[in-house]
Parts: sequence; structure tokens; C-alpha cells
Amino acid sequence: MRRLRALAALATVTALSGATLTACGGGTNTGGEGSNASPKTLTYWASNQGPNIAADKKILAPELKKFEEQTGIKVELEVVPWSDLLNRILAATTSGQGPDVLNIGNTWSSSLQATGALLPWDAKNFKAIGGKDRFVDAALGSTGTEGKDPAAVPLYSLSYALYYNKAMFKEAGISKPPATWDELVTAGKKLSKGGKWALGAEGSNLVNNIHQAFALGKQHGADFFDAQGKPTFTSDGAVSAVKQYVDFMAKDKIIAPGNAEYAQNQSLRDFAQGKTAMVLWQAAATTFEAQGMKPDEWGVAPVPVASGKPGAERQVNSMVAGINLAVFKNTDNLDGARKFVKFMTSDAEQARLNKAYGSIPPVTAAQKDAAFDRADTAVLRDTLRKSAAPLPQVPNESQFETSVGTAIKKLFADAAAGRPVTAESVRSELSKAQQQMPKS
Amino acid sequence: MTTLTTPPPSKERAAPPGGKRPSRLRLPARLRRVSLPYLLLLPALLLELVVHLIPMGVGIVMSFKELTQFFIRDWGAAPWTGLDNYKLSVDFDAPVGEALLHSFFVTVAFTVLSVGLCWLIGTAAAVFMQEHFRGRGLLRAVFLIPYALPVYAAVITWSFMFQRDTGLINHVVHDQLGLTDSRPFWLIGDNSFVALLTVSVWKGWPFAFLIVMAGLQNIPKEQYEAAAIDGAGMWQQVRRITLPSLRPVNQVLVLVLFLWTFNDFNTPYVLFGKSAPEAADLISIHIYQSSFVTWNFGTGSAMSVLLLLFLLLVTAVYLLVTSRGRKTADV
Repeated sequence: MRRLRALAALATVTALSGATLTACGGGTNTGGEGSNASPKTLTYWASNQGPNIAADKKILAPELKKFEEQTGIKVELEVVPWSDLLNRILAATTSGQGPDVLNIGNTWSSSLQATGALLPWDAKNFKAIGGKDRFVDAALGSTGTEGKDPAAVPLYSLSYALYYNKAMFKEAGISKPPATWDELVTAGKKLSKGGKWALGAEGSNLVNNIHQAFALGKQHGADFFDAQGKPTFTSDGAVSAVKQYVDFMAKDKIIAPGNAEYAQNQSLRDFAQGKTAMVLWQAAATTFEAQGMKPDEWGVAPVPVASGKPGAERQVNSMVAGINLAVFKNTDNLDGARKFVKFMTSDAEQARLNKAYGSIPPVTAAQKDAAFDRADTAVLRDTLRKSAAPLPQVPNESQFETSVGTAIKKLFADAAAGRPVTAESVRSELSKAQQQMPKS
Repeated sequence: MTTLTTPPPSKERAAPPGGKRPSRLRLPARLRRVSLPYLLLLPALLLELVVHLIPMGVGIVMSFKELTQFFIRDWGAAPWTGLDNYKLSVDFDAPVGEALLHSFFVTVAFTVLSVGLCWLIGTAAAVFMQEHFRGRGLLRAVFLIPYALPVYAAVITWSFMFQRDTGLINHVVHDQLGLTDSRPFWLIGDNSFVALLTVSVWKGWPFAFLIVMAGLQNIPKEQYEAAAIDGAGMWQQVRRITLPSLRPVNQVLVLVLFLWTFNDFNTPYVLFGKSAPEAADLISIHIYQSSFVTWNFGTGSAMSVLLLLFLLLVTAVYLLVTSRGRKTADV
């Protein structure tokens, strides 16, 4: 009796801890390309682009209706929040049960390409959507590992810019937005007083941390990966870049310590409420307006670089941000999926959708629309054209985002708690991050 | 599943008395009696096999493979790596093993404190609620609110309250009571352990309360009356009657709380997101991060197997120790 009860308890433990084990169980599926078994429907996972999911549905629904009228193919739309998207894609990859078409963050292209679940965009597929040369080069640079057929097609492009509060600048006697980091720190010290702060940050947002560190890394001549795709997180340039970013809080004291725990765009809220004077962000205009700020209250300038003149190589001041459109290889409606990609990347849809989201079309022809000449979008567009670089297109990119993003989060926590942030502590965190990377 | 149930006994009864039935249907009565419970258990066992044991076996197989994003679509094709994943997990001088060991100690400390506090508060509340007083029913219902709320909603509310600049906790602790010099962080840095513990205890104690209260109902009133007549005070009654009588209940309660707390994933995940602060890096979230965030599914599986072995060991020792005293009563 006693033994049986013990056995039952052991079985319970097994079952409870089994949960972690079972979670990654997956099926196998064949590698062949999809079929046209159900030509009349498509499922589409759109990433959450607008202020909320309802807004996305409102923007996309009429366009999908238009597509249905043109082709007779009904598109079932699901808008997936960013925090869930990568896990959802992974689950779909392992089970083989996914949507036909989906949005992916363009920095994940190479990681997801490595799974082999996405349809490669070879010459034939690109021809079906009007050819590769319709797209901006910088955007094509974020569609997969170099030398391989892209795993996705660019859909929306974004880049970073410096948003600043005109009134706060005027009050502090600053006549123009800073073009170099030195100017930013000098201005920042004037602005950080009386409970107000110069610069906003999202210290607990791993992805944002990576984006900032990457652009600064470029300026310090660091890439975070070498030509063979091996991580080089502890290079002098990488250490200097990360330290420079965290030092805005730790040493220069122009970022509020509270920002160390921000991860839900609270820094944008602070900016809209006039608590911080600057943020480095991708297309923040719609968010500021949604929070009650008027468009003439803020200005937009390129993200500073050491020389003051953004450009190539060490003058890079943004990653190529954006969303790509991918097709699951095992789709039941291959022709329909290609038609849908063609529709979404057509000149007219590109202008319409990117206008709605405040992003820049990765399709050259669509960029000519007057909407993208507005002061803020023009900065984003020019940055993309001249001084943005894609994040490393290596299969381990998504792990890089987490491991280095976490390292920076820890360093921000140290800075907020008043613990010293030194070159050694930065190097040590980056070294730990590097050793946690998979070997492959 | 229906095909697996026992053959309906009515068939046998329907056979004409004295008529010759095929001999293969005739099971000795003793065998039938013995096998019936197992037949009845069969559907559950099969489900258990499909839902838990097979995936667990798969997980164990995975732990011997180099399973990264290159192979998740067809994990069977991932190359074998022997014990590499295990070596990596227990190499405590390298960052991966060091971090795992750290998160293990954090989890042990967290579990001991959380289970202890849950049990203490739950038992105290249950004993207190034995008394009849006005509003007892209402209070009892209020106590169960944390248990009834959806975990996600409750924890996310806590995370709002723990925000440094806008949260309620700092408003009370710093602004109103002036207990701290500056506004402390709760969701990053060392305080995150306290935040996690607070939410865990808040969430867990009503269960202890519920179970202990049920256990108390089973203690005959006469024992207390007799003890009172013999001059035993309130504390002596608790110590001599209540606690010993609750022993079997507590034995299960502590084990279940231990397993739940040790494996708790929802609370840290909702509170801290994908990467928990070092001070609150529970093992469940650490394994999740190893598997699903860094896409090192093989290493994650190896860590899971190690965790499973540890929990099996603890449970076995626990059952052995706690049941020793009850041997005579049981047999």
C-alpha cells in the first residue's frame, strides 16, 4: 500500500516536470514545396504594427477584401502580438501546422531560414512578384543569409531617428538637435534637471537594446559576428559601444534610472508627456499622436554619429528595421500565396500600407509618394538609403538578440542601482552572453 | 477508447442457464475480479502514456541530440551528441552550467521560503477560521480570491504595482510610509526575488488554507473538549491535537506545494518576461530560455531531464522520511 502511494506520487512528479520536456515535442514533415490543394483560401499571420491589434485589423481588412475581389481568394487574417510571434512561428515550424503567409521581423530572416520551413525566394518566385530590382537594396539585405536565396520579401521598412521635444530644447537654450554624441551629452546635461530627463531608453527591452548597441557598434567598428558567422561580442568595439550606451545612464546621467525597467514603450509615454526630451526610435509619430502630442511639438533628426555626418561604415546610425513577408514552404496554396505577396508588394498597396503604418516602402517606386517626403518620414527614408545597415544575417541572430540584449539589461540594472559600469563589467557580461550561444 | 472497456457482464447473464458457452470467454472468477480494476484504469493509463510518457521519452531522446534551429523542423535528423548537452549543463565553471547552478539555488531558496510561508499563513488562517464569528463565510470567500483569479491577470496586476515610478508598492512604501530613501526597483536587480516571493505566496497560500481547513473538519470535536477538560490551553491543543491530526494532510500539501512552486513558470514569466533578473532566475524560466529563446532545444531538454531526476530524488526521500513514522498505522 505504502509503496503504491509512493509510486503514484513519483508518477505525479514525473508528470509535472514532464511539462518542460514535452513542450518542445514536434512532428516531422517532409521538405517538399507546397501544393495547391486549397486554392481558394489563405491564412495570414500579420505582426502587430499599429497602436493595437484592432487598429491593424482595421487597416488590413479592406485591403484583404480588395485582394479577394481581384483573385477570388479569401484571406483569413490573424494579427499576432510581437511578444508571441517568434514562438508561434517556431511552433508552426515544428508541427508543420502554420499559416500560408506570415510576417516576420526582418532581423530573424536568417535564423528562420535555417529551419528550412520558409519558401526560398529564388529567381522564379521573385519573377512572379515583379522582380528583385523593384526593392531597395538595404531592405533586401535583411531577407536571409548572404549567398542564399532570400527567405522572405521586404514589406515595411523602418529605421531609427532622434525624436526631440521642441519646447524643452528651446527652454534649455538649445538651438538645434545634436548631430554628434558629444553634443547629445552636452545638451543632455542641460536638459536633465527638475525631474526631467534628456533621453529615454527601454532598458529591459532586449530587442531595443540590441538595435542601439548594433548601430553604436558599427560606429566603433564592431559587427558582433565575424565573416564566418562566429560571435565576436567581446571585441573592443563591441565593449565600447555597449558601454557608451549604458553610460548615458551610468556616467552621463542623462537617462532616468527608472528607464532600466522599461520594456513596454514607457519611454514613448514619458516623451509624449514631456518628461523626457529625446528618444531614439523607429517611426514613433503615430504613437506620440495617439498619446495626445501634436505633430508640431516634436522634431525629427538623424541619430547622432561621432563625426556628425551619417553615412556608410563607421557613420552608420541605424539598423535596417522592418517587416518581411514570408511563405511557409508546406502551404496548401502556393500559387495563391505568391499572388498575395505580389499584391502586398505592389506599388499601390505599398504606398497605402506604409502610409498607414508610418513606415517606408521597401519598394523603390512606392517611395515616390508625397507622403514619404514629410519631415519625419524623410529622415527615416534618407537614413535607410544612406546610413542604415542590416543586423548580422547569421542563423544565430535571434539568439544574439536575447543573449546580448539580456547582458545590456543587466548592465542597465547595475547602472540604475548605482553600481559601477566599467569596461571590465561590460566585457564580462558580453563574454557570458557569447558563451551561451549555441556552438553551431 | 470505447473498445478498451470491459466486456459488458450482461452478455454472460443473458446466456441460457446451463447452456454451453465457448470456453475462451470463461475467465476464472478470481482472474476477472483481479483484472477488472486494471481494465477500468486502462483508458487513463493510455492517455497518460500519450500525453505524458511518450513526449517525455521524446524529450529524453532530444537531450542527446544537437537540436538547434537547423533541425527543429525535422528533429529526428538532428545529429547525436552523446552526453554533450549534459556535460554543458553541469560544467559549473563555464557560463551555461554556472547560470544553471545559480538558478537552481535561487529556485531552492525561493521554494523553501514560498512553501513555508504559504503553509504557515494557510494553516494560521484555517485554524483562525474554525471559530464561529460574524462574517466568517464572507472572509473565507475573500481568502480564496487569489486562488480563483486567472494567474496571468493576477500576476500582471502585480507587475503594474511593482513598477518603480508609477506602481502602488513604491507609492505606499516610499511616498506614504517613507520606509526607503529612494524608490526601490522591484522588477530588476536584487529586490526582484522579494517581488517574486510576494506574488508566489499571495497566489499559493489560499490553496494551503483550503486543504488544511478540510483537514481540520475531520478532527473530532470531542478530542478538543476532552483536552480542554484536562486543562490544555489553545496552544497546547494546536500542538498536541491539531498538528498531529493534520499530518497526513500536510504531507501531501507540502509535497504538492513544493512541486508547484519549484516548477512555477507563469509567475516569473509574466512578472519579468523572457529574461528574468539574476536574483529571480527560477529554473523553469531558465530552461525555457535555454530551449525557446536561445533555440538550444537539446541543452534545454538535458536540463529538464536533470530537473526531473532531482525532483524524483527529493520526492522519494521525502516520502521515505515522512512515511517512516506512519508505518505501524498503515500496515
